[in-house]
Amino acid sequence: MKIANWQLIICNHHTHQFTIFNLQFPPMSTPHLLMCPPTFYGIEYEINPWMNKSRQADHALANQQWSDLRDILEGTGAVTSEVEPVEGLPDLVFTANAALIYHERALLAHFKNFQRQGEEPQFRTWLETHGWQVSYSPAGMYFEGAGDALFCGDTLFAGYRQRSDAAGHQQIGEQLGVRVLPLELTDPYYYHLDTCFCPLTAGEAIYFPGGFDDYGKKVLAEQIPHLHAVEEAEARSFACNAVVVGKTVVTNTGCPKLHELLRSLGYAPIETPLSEFVKAGGSAKCLTLRLDGEEAASWKE
Amino acid sequence: MTLETTSPEHHGPVEDVEVRGHIIDSLILPKVLDCITTAGGSFRIKHITIGQERSDPSFALVEVRADTEDALQAILGQIADHGAITTSGSDCRLVEADIVGAFPEGFYSTTNQETEIRLDGKWHSVAEQEMDCGITVDPKTNAARCVAMSDVALGMPIVVGHAGTRVFPLERAQQDHAFAFMNSAVSTEKPKGVVIRQIAQLLFDNRNGPGKSLLVGGPAIVHTGSGVLVSELIRGGYIHKLFAGNALATHDIEQAMFGTSLGVNISEGSLADAGHEHHLRAINRIRRLGSIKAGVEQGAIKSGIMYECVKNNVDFILSGSIRDDGPLPDVITDALENQRLMRAAIRDVTFCLMIATTLHSIAVGNLLPASVKVVCVDINPSTVIKLNDRGSFQTVGLVTDVEPFLRALVSEVKRLEENK
Repeated sequence: MKIANWQLIICNHHTHQFTIFNLQFPPMSTPHLLMCPPTFYGIEYEINPWMNKSRQADHALANQQWSDLRDILEGTGAVTSEVEPVEGLPDLVFTANAALIYHERALLAHFKNFQRQGEEPQFRTWLETHGWQVSYSPAGMYFEGAGDALFCGDTLFAGYRQRSDAAGHQQIGEQLGVRVLPLELTDPYYYHLDTCFCPLTAGEAIYFPGGFDDYGKKVLAEQIPHLHAVEEAEARSFACNAVVVGKTVVTNTGCPKLHELLRSLGYAPIETPLSEFVKAGGSAKCLTLRLDGEEAASWKE
Repeated sequence: MTLETTSPEHHGPVEDVEVRGHIIDSLILPKVLDCITTAGGSFRIKHITIGQERSDPSFALVEVRADTEDALQAILGQIADHGAITTSGSDCRLVEADIVGAFPEGFYSTTNQETEIRLDGKWHSVAEQEMDCGITVDPKTNAARCVAMSDVALGMPIVVGHAGTRVFPLERAQQDHAFAFMNSAVSTEKPKGVVIRQIAQLLFDNRNGPGKSLLVGGPAIVHTGSGVLVSELIRGGYIHKLFAGNALATHDIEQAMFGTSLGVNISEGSLADAGHEHHLRAINRIRRLGSIKAGVEQGAIKSGIMYECVKNNVDFILSGSIRDDGPLPDVITDALENQRLMRAAIRDVTFCLMIATTLHSIAVGNLLPASVKVVCVDINPSTVIKLNDRGSFQTVGLVTDVEPFLRALVSEVKRLEENK
């Protein structure tokens, strides 16, 4: 994979000090994913129904599953960047929650659970030093990045109640000048929007109806022309927590019906075991942040 | 699209909530309203603005009621999860102005009622209350004031949305007490004697009080021969400020110089020879002298309203218009500059008498906070009604001819002086 190398040199005219940032950017058209190696990953606390400290992740297996996922993604033509793992921040692996990316802007997350709030400066530093215009999400509101905010077409679908705040989503819409449709997440097992909803293209998405109330289901049905439901058993295997790169859709194992559907729709689904991350309530999508904008976001075009 | 709704009075504890964003497409608004009714509460949409473009947010201000305070709080807690924020329970949102002379989208549009905003959990009253403005906050002191659209500077923090704002409308009861004679706002048929006596009392009380009395006058005051009556009020110390146009000052000075108003002999009602030129000659003479004050000091003006203003230190602001002759050198021709000067001049005004001028009255009515008592006198009922429709309970309209009104007012004021 060819990577364009950039050096950003900032000169302070008062102190005559130079700050040099080494920027490694793939060309604009190349999918770019941010990941974090699971060096310090583990179940150290319980902040969702999936987590159980007595059901620890197998560390070696987690490392293997994470590397396999990265290899598959790079095999699709995507470039991956890594944020450095930090001891004591086990969920830093779930980079999807770092921020919402919109063009060159990154709207930084503010986590609801204090256990994850330590991740905020880590993500901020990485994004800032790599050239993103980082801004804070609305004051006094919780916002968990791309985990709860996904573009499908020109609309930002945003999950609330479990982790992020509805009023904050509305303010983000005003900040970015985009249409935001907040969707209430009613089942604590599907605590982030990306656990029960996954846009495939600007007009197509998969979702698990059980994650939403009637209002949310109606909004999705009205707004997304090609909307496909995922069965509960497969939703439990994190079928909706998929990484979409072009026509490739990467998920955890255990979603055969979804894969069959995707193939019939012309997609190329790939499954890879991510059982050790499911123990913390995350899967493929949670382990990545799409830095050049999600596949289904129409603002990329 | 903006829709204002009203409904009959209800009872029980009440709270206003703001719901904003794409509240229609996301079904958030129907969901919030469903939540309220399902929980046994009731609602009234006080104001709703629907975004025009797909990305434009919409906005609703909803009044929520319940039978008990506990029930209301339970409802508010539920709908808060969907983004419905009580306007009183949160700080106001400030957005820096990104364009000179324009507010950020969604700015809080002011009323003329007493208003407070919440910052860091504390309520601050908004100074210089004026309708149809925005609210800005001094970042150092948290002092809030109204700011006109044209006065917005780049980076000025502007209040956006209704959250963290509250308004204290003048209660009718309070207003009855303060301005007791206002039972029906506009009337051609009720006895004016009582009303005029009350106005005289207000002028009398204000004469030595801290509050100032403002006269907004049209040229009909001069045309009808009432200039001498206004002069008498000024000499008596009852008028502290005068807002008028080129016409009132011009015809007043014309009368002082030639004894005519628009060429008509005031004392005889006859047309003077070449009288139509008088007002132009009057304007020209003052322009040659440089100002009305210079005209008075150099003996060119020896009587009239403007003469009395100069002699009695009454501040006057003469506003220009595109139909003005001349104009007089004192006339301010920049409309925005005019607004700014008028704004600055009304800060200590507590009583305003508007006589025989439509547009000028409306312009001043827009600037005045609701707490200022306003009496509007005009022969044309539509002027009086327009002023009343500006939303101030404190405006009283009198449909009457100017001259008899002023004559009665002067005699009432004199009676008060004698009975003192």
